[in-house]
This record gives sequence, C-alpha cells and structure tokens, in this order.
Amino acid sequence: MIEVENLTKFYGEIRGIEDVSFSIGKGEITGFLGPNGSGKTTTMRILTCFFPPTSGRAKVAGYDVIKNPIEVRRRIGYMPETVPLYPDMKVTTYLTFVAEAKRMGKRERKKKIGEIMEQCGILKVSQRLVGNLSKGYRQRVGLAQALINDPEVLILDEPTIGLDPKQVVEIRQFIKNLAGERTIILSTHVLSEASMTCDRVIIIHEGKIAAVDTPENLTDKLQKTSKTLVQIEGIQQEIKDKLKTIKGVINVLEKGEASPGVFSYEVESDKEKEISGELSYMVYSNKWKLVEMRAIKLSLENIFIELTKEERT
Amino acid sequence: MNFYPIFKKELRSYFTSLIAYVILAVFLVLAGYYFYTDLALFVLWGGASVQEGLWQYLFHDIRLILLFTIPLLTMRLFSEEKKLGTIELLFTYPFRDIEILLGKYLACLTVFSIMLGFTVLYPILLAIVYQVELGPLVASYLGMFLLGSAFISCGIMVSSLTENQIVAALVTSGIIITFWFIDWNEAAVSPSVAVVLHHLSFFEHFYNFVRGVIDTKDIIYFILFNFFFLFLTLRSLESRRWRGLR
Repeated sequence: MIEVENLTKFYGEIRGIEDVSFSIGKGEITGFLGPNGSGKTTTMRILTCFFPPTSGRAKVAGYDVIKNPIEVRRRIGYMPETVPLYPDMKVTTYLTFVAEAKRMGKRERKKKIGEIMEQCGILKVSQRLVGNLSKGYRQRVGLAQALINDPEVLILDEPTIGLDPKQVVEIRQFIKNLAGERTIILSTHVLSEASMTCDRVIIIHEGKIAAVDTPENLTDKLQKTSKTLVQIEGIQQEIKDKLKTIKGVINVLEKGEASPGVFSYEVESDKEKEISGELSYMVYSNKWKLVEMRAIKLSLENIFIELTKEERT
Repeated sequence: MNFYPIFKKELRSYFTSLIAYVILAVFLVLAGYYFYTDLALFVLWGGASVQEGLWQYLFHDIRLILLFTIPLLTMRLFSEEKKLGTIELLFTYPFRDIEILLGKYLACLTVFSIMLGFTVLYPILLAIVYQVELGPLVASYLGMFLLGSAFISCGIMVSSLTENQIVAALVTSGIIITFWFIDWNEAAVSPSVAVVLHHLSFFEHFYNFVRGVIDTKDIIYFILFNFFFLFLTLRSLESRRWRGLR
C-alpha cells in the first residue's frame, strides 16, 4: 500500500530525513516512533504530497507522490499534529467544504457527512462553530475530515497529543476500530501508545530509521533483563542484602529514601523469572512494610540509548 | 479546474466574519460622500462638463478609498491560513496550487465587484434629474474594475509571503502607492528611464479610462499586471517544496 525508497528531504542545509526506506502492507497499523524533530512529520508530509522529497521515491496506493500527487491526495486522509481548523465555520459547513474539496458528489456528500459525524461522535456539536469546541471535539472533527472520503490510507500525526487520559483511550480505540479496511500510519512519541495500537513500529531517530519491528519484539530484543521498583519500610542495608538472595535477582540498586524510613530499590532480575511472589513473601516474613512495587518499562529514551549503542559496536 | 469549493469557502468567510460588511459600509459611506461633494462642486461652479468631469473627479476619489480597503480584503487570504496552520491541510486536499489561488482571487474579486456594484446607484440617481451618457461611465467602471483586480493580485501575493495580516496589508498598500506614484520623479531621472516609469505607473493607464477612453494598451497593462502578481504568488506557494512549511 505504501512503498518508500531512499527518501531524503533537506530544508536548505538542514536535514529532515535521510535515506528512509520501508513498506507498509494493506490494512496494517504502523506507528512512527521518535522524539520531536526526528523526521516523523517530514515523512508524513511527503506521503501526503504536501511537499516532494529532495530525492528518493514514495508510492501511496500505487501512485507516485511526485508524479501523481492529486491521485495520491484523493486516496488519503490526513490529520496534522495541531489539527488546524477554521474557527469561524460550523462543523457541518466545514465538513461540507472538505467533502467538496475531496471532490465527492453531492448526494454522496450529504449521506457521508451524517455518517461520519455519528461515527466520530460529533453529531451534537454539528451546529457549533469549530472555534468554540473543546480540544477533544476538535480532535474528532480533525478525524472526521480525514475520514470523510473513505480513504484507503489514513495518516495521523500525533493523534492523541494534548488530550486528557479518557479521551486518549477513546481515540486509540477509535483508531483500532478503523483498522482492517484501512492502512493507517500514526506518529507518536509515547512507546506505550505504539505498542497498544500498532501492528508494527518504525523508529525514526535523527532523520534515519533506527529499527522496524513489532512492538513486542522490539521490547524483548532491547530489554535483556526486567527491572522492578520497590519501596519498603525497614532497615536499609538489611533489605538490600536480603533482596539480593531472591532467586533470579541479578542486581539491587539503592535509590535513596523516599520518605522517612521508606527506601527505594531498583531490582534487576532475569527476564524469565517472576520475582514478585518471593519478594512479597520476604516482606511479609521479615515484617517490613511494602509501600510500592511496580515493573519498570523500557522508556523511549532508553530504547534510543540502546539502539544507538548497538549501532556503535 | 476545481476552484469552486475554495471560492465558496472564501466568500462565505468574508460574509460570516463581518469583514466584508464593515469594508463595504466604510467604502459606501466615503464613496457616497465623494459623489455628493463632487456633484455639489459641479452644480455650484459648473466649469467642466458633467459627462466627463464629474465621473473623472468621482472615480479618482474612489480609487483613494480602494488604496486602503483592498489591502484589508486581501490580507487574510493566505496569511490567515498560514497562521492557523490550515494551509497544511489545504495543500493535502486534491487541489492544484493554481486552483487554490484562483478560488481565493475570484472570491476577493467578487466582493470587490459587489462594492463597486453599489456605486452604480449614483449615476442611476443622477439620470433621474439629468441626462447621463453611458459611454464614459462604462469606460470608467471598466477602468475601476481592472484597477481593483490589480490591487487584489498584488495583495494576494503579499499575503502569501507572511502569516501576519497587518504586515500583509501594509506592504500591499506600500506596493500599490509605489506603482501609483512611480512616475512622479520625472525631474530626477534621465528621460529614457522616465518614459519607462511613466508606462509602469497605474495613474497613466487608469486616467485614460476615467476620461472615457478604452485603449487596448491600458487593458493589456492591467491584465499583465494581474498575471505577473498571480504568477509570483504561485511561485511563493511552491516555495514550500524546498523551504519547508513557512
């Protein structure tokens, strides 16, 4: 559905992306993962024919983005990061304009606008001015304008940024439900979001692809040991020594005193071994007090550190 | 050419955001005042004939109003989209750049034509009490329309360069005034340069129309002026291809 070969984009002297190649099959949800300024948006803007690449080729839905930009644009739906909308237009008026812009017929337009407003949950704000909508509703209107022409390819730039947690869950679920019929690319800088919604993750770092894999494989590959954070009330040295005796524990790092008498430790253990059972039993038999225990997930920052480390060796 | 959606959107935007009404009101109050005073001048003092003289006075006065109202109409066309970021979406819809440009240009031209259309009331009113010749009037309106279209194409070009609407309006006025008075420095430059400047000036070409003379050379001047600035606008829109967004 999407084929990208050696894509490079320079803004004058500044590099946007360099030598990026990947391909995405029909119906896949792919996540672009990378810190701000890594080239996610640049790649998306090339795929949406906002501007052409400096060199390299990209094909979307069988059409070349340089030779056939209009054909490509007819087959995509795009939601930019800031969800730019016209504040002085009513929601229905705006969607009518978008439908016209995407060259839909009059009858098709009417039917589709009603459908899409229901699907995106914006029916009850349909007569309000876009400028008066809350961030969550704006995001939905943004999604509606992207979806209105039933695009084969949906490109979403940071679809959940700036939303409250409840809305984030809703939008993620919404995107997941869209999959199957459509090929979806979304960008994010939150690792957990990528692993929750995407079939595959493309990690972009400093304009280059650092890794392409499923989220599970990626975490597995990079996380060689599992880490657990515990906070226990007791005697600092004694706790540390005893924690080390648990089967599978490789190392225990002291993380200081969280509150008076409560000490934090980072317990590194074998990935295959489950230590929480033995640990909680130890707390119980020593009459310590367990304040907190949680697994430390590999963060995006750590992934980049790991990936660039591998590159160097 | 699929410029109609843009044309419709821009036209609606003018009339929902009050800009068009405010500009129309200011324009008509001033134009009406000029018509009244110019007419009073002729009635009281006579002198030149009403057929040529009155319209000459009136349209020369109206062009002064256009000098600051048209930049106010054009300033938002691209600047606002840049500021809001909506231009990013616009450029990913299946439009060609020229279709976006034409939609906006024609929408602005339509608003201007409505403004100008209201002033047709003046000769109609005068015709009730006095015989009005059609010829000079038609020439004057053609000249006025062409002059306005030239202002608009210039304004659109400036608007595509900045995301600040005030800057867009000011620079547009600056360029228009420059083209207006470009031949005023005849005394300071060599004769050959002066001739060129003379032909470049708005005034030289507009003057013929309000005198009742329709000359192809003047029509071509204004059409070329439009083409030139619309072409520059297209180039400016295309600059995103190598420059990035702004």
